[in-house]
Amino acid sequence: MTKKHFEENLYVSGHTACAGCGQSMAVRIVLNAAGKNTMVANSTGCLEVFSTKAPETAFGVPWIHSLFENSAAVASGVEAGLKHLNKLDEIRVISQAGDGGTGDIGLQAISGMLERGQDVLFVCYDNEAYMNTGIQRSGSTPFYANTTTSPVGKESLGNPRPKKPMVEICAAHHIPYSATASAGNPKDIERKVKKALSIRGPKYLQIHVPCPLGWKSDPAQTIEIAKLAVSTGLYPLIEYEYGKLIKVTKIASPKPVEEYLKTQGRFKHLLKNNEALQEVQEVANKNIEYYGLK
Amino acid sequence: MKKYLEGSWAMAEAAKLCRPGVIAAYPITPQTHIVEHLAKFVADGDLKSETLNVESEHSAASVVLGSQAAGVRSFTCTSSQGLLLMGEVVFCIAGMRLPIMMICANRAISAPINIWNDQQDSIALRDAGWIQLYAENNQEAVDLIIAGHKIGENSKVMLPVMVCVDGFILTHGMETVDMPTQEEVDKFLPKYNPPYKLDVDDPMSFGLLGDPTVYAETRYAIQKTMEEVIDLIPKVGKEYQDLTSRDSVKLVESYKLEDADIAIVAMGSVCGTIKDVIDLEREKGKKVGLLKVVAYRPFPKKAITDALENIAIIAIIDKNISLGSDGALYSEIKAILSSDKKTSGFVAGLGGRDITVDTIVDIIQSAEGEVSSCNFVDLNKDLLWDEFKAS
Repeated sequence: MTKKHFEENLYVSGHTACAGCGQSMAVRIVLNAAGKNTMVANSTGCLEVFSTKAPETAFGVPWIHSLFENSAAVASGVEAGLKHLNKLDEIRVISQAGDGGTGDIGLQAISGMLERGQDVLFVCYDNEAYMNTGIQRSGSTPFYANTTTSPVGKESLGNPRPKKPMVEICAAHHIPYSATASAGNPKDIERKVKKALSIRGPKYLQIHVPCPLGWKSDPAQTIEIAKLAVSTGLYPLIEYEYGKLIKVTKIASPKPVEEYLKTQGRFKHLLKNNEALQEVQEVANKNIEYYGLK
Repeated sequence: MKKYLEGSWAMAEAAKLCRPGVIAAYPITPQTHIVEHLAKFVADGDLKSETLNVESEHSAASVVLGSQAAGVRSFTCTSSQGLLLMGEVVFCIAGMRLPIMMICANRAISAPINIWNDQQDSIALRDAGWIQLYAENNQEAVDLIIAGHKIGENSKVMLPVMVCVDGFILTHGMETVDMPTQEEVDKFLPKYNPPYKLDVDDPMSFGLLGDPTVYAETRYAIQKTMEEVIDLIPKVGKEYQDLTSRDSVKLVESYKLEDADIAIVAMGSVCGTIKDVIDLEREKGKKVGLLKVVAYRPFPKKAITDALENIAIIAIIDKNISLGSDGALYSEIKAILSSDKKTSGFVAGLGGRDITVDTIVDIIQSAEGEVSSCNFVDLNKDLLWDEFKAS
């Protein structure tokens, strides 16, 4: 990569992400929205592996990775260092991780970062399982998804638990901003990143990013699949400020969840099981009611 | 200026004199007083530093990793379980060549939980790529903290430094310490100006994936740098001596070794007691000397073999045990000494058990007898399983 490549984008092609990787698309949108005066602390995971294999990097901003669970703490250190250097007014700090590095192994470090009020935007790229290690269930894996550690079988319909509510967990720290976004709506990601970075203090943004390999979906359909997660009510786009829900993306006529589920092999076992389909529909119905999506 | 201080206060003052821009730590006995004093210095406006009260040692180490990468001198401090919890970050800091300063208040490792001193914690992380320096007393701790910055931050070194101080014995002990002035330290220790850092005007990526084509070279680079640190420590020690008139920053220290028939080898605060025993034994006509290992990493092989060259009986005291093998210092020294020496290893002081004058006299006597690689001293046999009581 030369500096010229980074004139148009702060995250560029040449990396080794899979075709149709929703995370890789979202990273570019996030960084371009953030601008070049940004420093990034990255957790271990797919993104780190496919973007920065020595001696190459896909990042046009200062970027640091050390471990899986600590990017919020590393970002806290970068923030503190910039504060000591009186540079925090001009430079933004982003911490980013997958859903495992965020809500499972990374939860303690994130909670600490939020509680300390550090001026960092934490971005979770939520592809709903441990994709880097081979599609194992995480706390963010959706209800009844088939993963390698929540396999479907005679006694199992897949992951038996709903998603961990990370956006609420972060909002419960009464931070200035905690929101969700979707790879299916790039303009919305851009708006939310810009809004978050205009606020001093800790912010959390969780972006739903389809993983064709892990979800067993068509790489050409990544954006459409992400849109369907929103339009069925399974992935509500919501914004919290200081612990209060202040905005939701309305879905006037929600689509049946089957339309979303049938696009992905991880839900294939549900399609001929009306009872199970109804249970997943209930998850969407509850979201629609709870967040007032209609 | 000479001051009568608690060890933790003296060490905190030494850290303060080095002007860290970021301090992150998590409380653990017996490290706590050090970070409490630093927090007070900042609260009183005497130290301009960002202090982060983090939620774990793992995050303490991760915070200073981030701040040092941003180009800011950073300090942390821990002990025992805290150091183990930091473990993976500790390795990362060295691999990323970030010259962070850490004080390790040496304490035993669970289980059973034990807050008292031995050196198992820092020894457990000896392979991480940190420079490890062991202090005998609080004056040395102060000196090693200040000089340690200059060693680690050398642009050809760029390795983190762990100054190891015996928990409670040093951290909570009161001693007179000659504290350098801020002007002296500023003259000795330049501002931190790393050859690479996170910089929006020159964006670089840190902490990349190193596949089999590049990984081994990163380890080799640290190994070769450690060899250079062997030469650098005495040089920085000389500079520090020019500043303070104290010859405390060195690889090893010899005490009455020149004509000794028996040498004790040890690290840390126990060396003070050993020196007293040596004086007493010499009054009785027994020629005993001490080799104090200050730099354990890098391991000063030549300095050790040179110092012990003419000594036939060697007793090595370890406040640690590599379970299933021997004490760490014993294993490493035994490996470099000629086999015609009578070299024995003694494991002592675990979990805060006092190493008394009598203990050391017994060790000397044992070393003169049959050679033993791993001799646990001062065991209470009543506490052992029956089958172990006889041995």
